[in-house]
Amino acid sequence: MTSLASRRRRDRIMTGTMIAAVLIAVVPLALILADVVAKGIGQLSLSFFTQPEPFVATAPGGGFAAGIRGTIKMVALGTVVAVPIGVLAGVYLSEYHARGPLATLVRFFADVMTGIPSIFVGIFVFTVVVLSTGSFSAWAGGLALGILMLPLIVRTSEEALRLVPDDLREAALALGVRKWRTIVSVVLPTALPGIMTGALLAVARAAGETAPLLLTAFGNQLLVPWTSWNGPEASLTLEIFTNSRSPFPAQQARAWTGALVLVFGVLVFSIAARTVATRRSRRAR
Amino acid sequence: MTRLTADRLDAGTRPRRSADPLFRYGAAGCASVVLLLLGGMLIRTTWAAWPAFQHSGIGLVTGTTWNPAAGQFGGLPFIYGTLVTSAIALLIGVPVAVLIALFLSEVAPPRLGTGLGYVVDLLAAVPSVVYGLWGVFVLVPFLTPLWQWMSNNLGFIPLFSQFASGRNFATAGVILALMITPIISAICREVFMTVPTDEREAGLALGATRWEMIRLAVLPRSRSGVVAAVMLGFGRAVGETIAVAYLIGGFPKITPHLFQQGSTIAANIALQFNEAASQPLFKAALIALGVILFGITLLINIAARLIIRRGGTT
Repeated sequence: MTSLASRRRRDRIMTGTMIAAVLIAVVPLALILADVVAKGIGQLSLSFFTQPEPFVATAPGGGFAAGIRGTIKMVALGTVVAVPIGVLAGVYLSEYHARGPLATLVRFFADVMTGIPSIFVGIFVFTVVVLSTGSFSAWAGGLALGILMLPLIVRTSEEALRLVPDDLREAALALGVRKWRTIVSVVLPTALPGIMTGALLAVARAAGETAPLLLTAFGNQLLVPWTSWNGPEASLTLEIFTNSRSPFPAQQARAWTGALVLVFGVLVFSIAARTVATRRSRRAR
Repeated sequence: MTRLTADRLDAGTRPRRSADPLFRYGAAGCASVVLLLLGGMLIRTTWAAWPAFQHSGIGLVTGTTWNPAAGQFGGLPFIYGTLVTSAIALLIGVPVAVLIALFLSEVAPPRLGTGLGYVVDLLAAVPSVVYGLWGVFVLVPFLTPLWQWMSNNLGFIPLFSQFASGRNFATAGVILALMITPIISAICREVFMTVPTDEREAGLALGATRWEMIRLAVLPRSRSGVVAAVMLGFGRAVGETIAVAYLIGGFPKITPHLFQQGSTIAANIALQFNEAASQPLFKAALIALGVILFGITLLINIAARLIIRRGGTT
């Protein structure tokens, strides 16, 4: 029989251990952010966004315009591919046969798919697109990002659609509105903030991907025109990767600035996703 | 009269009615895309890797020598490295993640819990290339003296002897731990929150301290959920590529010494893919490594999701 005092002591020790665990997780985050800002802000200027890497890669100056443009292009393509398919799949899971075999299977494997290593998706798109077209391309990179975004969007859309009260569906159907029309003009608009949250989180995740792009977009030091999609394309992440592996200080410095831009962008999208979500829940209340 | 109106209404809407099944089949088709993609991935990549499977057979999994120039494609060193780094990550990450989740769900005032939960989620949002960059320039210089100290003073344990480089199994394991902690913690927090408040209160009413209440009411109910969370974290660690590619050293070797360079499946694919571009067999072997990686993570994720689903229905 342990005494009350020792039980209380034990309780305090465990509480202290929990707080220590939180610090173990939060301190590195603070350090990473602080280091990225401290080492990256020095070279941050407008030209970092407007100029590609200098012709002589070891020279200082220049920027990651090529990578920033590539990331925007490929994430946009991924979004255009994944959002319509993902939202419609979410509609099927929530509005049709939610307990049917197809829905159960899709729901399960969408969850499984979120855990597939992103580099494997890169390999897949490499075998499908790069091998058959004979070239690394922005198409391939965007498609790989779209595949990575898809399961996230399917599941978040489904969850958002499920939160729509049945009253709304019944009201529309009672007025004689067709089911598809009900979904398009009543259910989807009501669930829009939730769907947006999912899409924004997927965009944030896609923008931070490196490994799949290595095998599909390959990377490029030159600025590729917005309309050109058939050749190797840079991304912000790929430029950070290649520059940081260089022994030359000018390249390492650019990598840190690239990391600053990337982290800032990803955090903005993550926080925007959060804001959309909280605004919705506040309105619902 | 009314009959007529109804008929006319019907007639007027009949062509539109066909939109309903169309929409439904469209939605079902989009849902099937997920299944088709997964199946397509498995078939297409296995097909592309076939020459390597034919050339090396089971040696791709059991062979210990990876020497592409000599046509030797033994993948075991990479599988070994993957498992060792993931194990280190779990060893460090799981206790921390569970404790964080307990703090956020059981101890912290709700406001603080939600706020800190956001911060931990942000850790999960940091791209892996940034972890890698930070790992090389900040974490390696920080850990190297620690590893050397351990090697000098705890060297009688084989794991810690023979320090070779700051980029090693242990460093890669530490960065992986940082990356999977928020993922495991987020799922654990959700699991803990499903424990009914009644049971917590019952424990406290019987005079249990908060820690005893956690041990008696929260943890036993959450066991399967925590196991699933750990497995999902494991799957993430196994598949993590870029951060590990920075920090593992990129040298295929099976050694018990954690302070030596190694490599993992995913990191090796990323590091050698360029080199392999012009050599069909080498390329097929890397794709085959990818298929093995896919197989491992697929099994882990299916098992984890089955546990979660079973926990959800009962």
